[in-house]
Amino acid sequence: MSVTYAKTPMRVQDPAVRRNNFDEVALGYTLDEAMAEAGRCLQCKKPMCVAGCPVNVQIPAFIKALTKGEFESAYNIINETNNLPSICGRVCPQEEQCEKQCILSKKGEGIAIGRLERFVGDGFLDNEEPANRALPSNGQKVAVVGSGPAGLTAAADLAKFGYEVTVFEAFHEPGGVLIYGIPEFRLPKALVKKEISKLKALGVRFLTNVIIGKTLTVDDLLEDGYSAVFIGSGAGLPRFLDIPGENLNGVYSANEYLTRINLMKAYDFPHSHTPVKHGRKVAVIGGGNVAMDAARCALRLGAEEVHIIYRRSMEEMPARAEEVKHAREEGIIFDILTNPIEILGQDGWVKGLRCVKMELGEPDESGRRKPVEIKGSEFDTDFDMVIIAIGTSPNPLITASTPDLKTTRFGGIMVDEATGATSKEGVYAGGDAVTGAATVIQAMGAGKRAALAIHRKLSEKACINFAVNLNAAK
Amino acid sequence: MYKIIEKRTLAPGVHFMRVDAPLVARSAMPGQFIILRVLEEGERIPLTIADYDRTEGWVTIIFQEVGHTTGLLAELGIGDHILDFAGPLGRASELDRYSRVLCIGGGVGTAPLYPQIKHMHEAGTEVDVILGARSRDYILLADEIRRCCSRLYIATDDGSLGHKGFVTDLLKELVSGGERYDHVIAIGPLVMMKAVSALTREFMIPTTVSMNPIMVDGTGMCGGCRVTVGGKTRYACVDGPDFDGHLVDFDEAMRRQQMYRQEEKESHICRLPGMGGQVR
Repeated sequence: MSVTYAKTPMRVQDPAVRRNNFDEVALGYTLDEAMAEAGRCLQCKKPMCVAGCPVNVQIPAFIKALTKGEFESAYNIINETNNLPSICGRVCPQEEQCEKQCILSKKGEGIAIGRLERFVGDGFLDNEEPANRALPSNGQKVAVVGSGPAGLTAAADLAKFGYEVTVFEAFHEPGGVLIYGIPEFRLPKALVKKEISKLKALGVRFLTNVIIGKTLTVDDLLEDGYSAVFIGSGAGLPRFLDIPGENLNGVYSANEYLTRINLMKAYDFPHSHTPVKHGRKVAVIGGGNVAMDAARCALRLGAEEVHIIYRRSMEEMPARAEEVKHAREEGIIFDILTNPIEILGQDGWVKGLRCVKMELGEPDESGRRKPVEIKGSEFDTDFDMVIIAIGTSPNPLITASTPDLKTTRFGGIMVDEATGATSKEGVYAGGDAVTGAATVIQAMGAGKRAALAIHRKLSEKACINFAVNLNAAK
Repeated sequence: MYKIIEKRTLAPGVHFMRVDAPLVARSAMPGQFIILRVLEEGERIPLTIADYDRTEGWVTIIFQEVGHTTGLLAELGIGDHILDFAGPLGRASELDRYSRVLCIGGGVGTAPLYPQIKHMHEAGTEVDVILGARSRDYILLADEIRRCCSRLYIATDDGSLGHKGFVTDLLKELVSGGERYDHVIAIGPLVMMKAVSALTREFMIPTTVSMNPIMVDGTGMCGGCRVTVGGKTRYACVDGPDFDGHLVDFDEAMRRQQMYRQEEKESHICRLPGMGGQVR
């Protein structure tokens, strides 16, 4: 068998067309394309790709099933470790994880694992019947706080272990960042809803409009009979730059801008009642995936010009290469080595941005070369909207209402990394609430580890109780 | 879904609703708010909790029809359901350290003030109250408040009830006349809170105001509700809604309140009869 070193390309919407709509950009593989790509896999005896996956999907095994046309078996193999294949296939940074480890990437392009995962996952989206049925209920209740990737994963695994799982969501709709953050053109919301309905079929109960830390506290949950609590409440308060002009009208945090558009469907205003400003010339500050999402949304809402303003160079940019490529194709302008120092206003509204040029100096603690200001390089550019996408700091709602929950220096919840156990008995945490902004799959990995740890702990307790009762009976 | 168990119209366009929301009632405190949504395509809007009963499991809201969502809410009646009703949000008001307080309520701002007055009265604090509105029809909850305060003063713009003029006229009169208060709590339109705060700064009376800016989630996630307080950016939803009136940048808050004025106009036109939209 000859080895092909190039990935089977995936069809995408034409950039000139897609910049005007919110439909999905990447169109997925056809059966033939999927088979061609699956056929490239060398079926390594010691697959490096599996180790590169935060939830250790058995990649060669599912690809092998795929090549044989055994789609259901392929799906079940993925589903054993990953409950959200259609989502991960779309939003995971595979190039940094499984695909980076692929032996083929040494000489050419690694297997398009994400695209294959998406192909397999999408084929079973409409299957309401869960692939791996849950064990019969063991009568113990576990609470999951937050319904983003960490919470959904923990909930699914715990349900499969036989726990009665209730997921508490502050918003009116479950899904967390998958619903409010990642735009439709990257992750269709219908798909997220289907994945959630599968969890419901597994017996997971979702309670929306409940803000843990406000409506109920973590202690309330423990008192209400939940044997354990998993906190996956996600990233918190949006960070601002702390420069003059940030409270001018027309300045958004990326969180607010994206939530208005994705969750509240402001792109469909006035049919949808939530408005969002439509900038003509928009500056998005930051270089991560969230910045790319915000910039591409602004374009789709009719902006004539959208700039990404980033203080380092393209090389240091944290966004996925594919997102940067897609943004570029759509006409987003990248102003790199540029740092905003003031948002300029007129009559209370944004009218421009004052920036300085930067150059790269010595590497900083993150290992990236530190941007240094070039003296006297200030310049002004006209903008009528500024979106700040420089990350978030931890949300205080849960930690403030749970005094015995220890936090890190940065305000994240302190956990034992292997288990997700916090300083408080019976309480576990994972995802952005612990790490600060990270990826969907990392949050899922944390949810998985915590679910297993909770299961171990509660089973242990059950065993001890059983033994005690047995002794008492003697 | 959250059932409306009582509804009354308190003044033209101003409504009272008692809503079945046991989880919200269970932990509600004076000064906190809820976020509701009326329809699937509806906007999330914050409304302050006017009253609550933990054992009966209800929360009351009082709102004025000012925009599309409050208009839709007003169309609902007893037995109807509000789609989403989340809370309690924000920090509870700090009410337990005063001995003599002057509470000033303007228009529907009286609604969130009422549970605070009640709470302080029950705790033995002496509370005087000034209520203001454009005319007598818009003076809310006067009977309820009279029952739990020492003295009640009323001001109306048109003089149809009480003093003809502003609440600040009465405030000035009281303090100049020798009344001593260790704290002022003012809730109402931004212009009123600004004017009250300017005056109490002169009198050197510490003053708390309650901010009600535009917000989306109400849990600290969007940052839309940012308010400048003492030169620092604070989030009304998690740091507030109560802030030191002497430190709030009211001009900025008023400007931010206008952010979607244009969109509100457009959406109103779209929804006029014959424009293909929903008839209001």
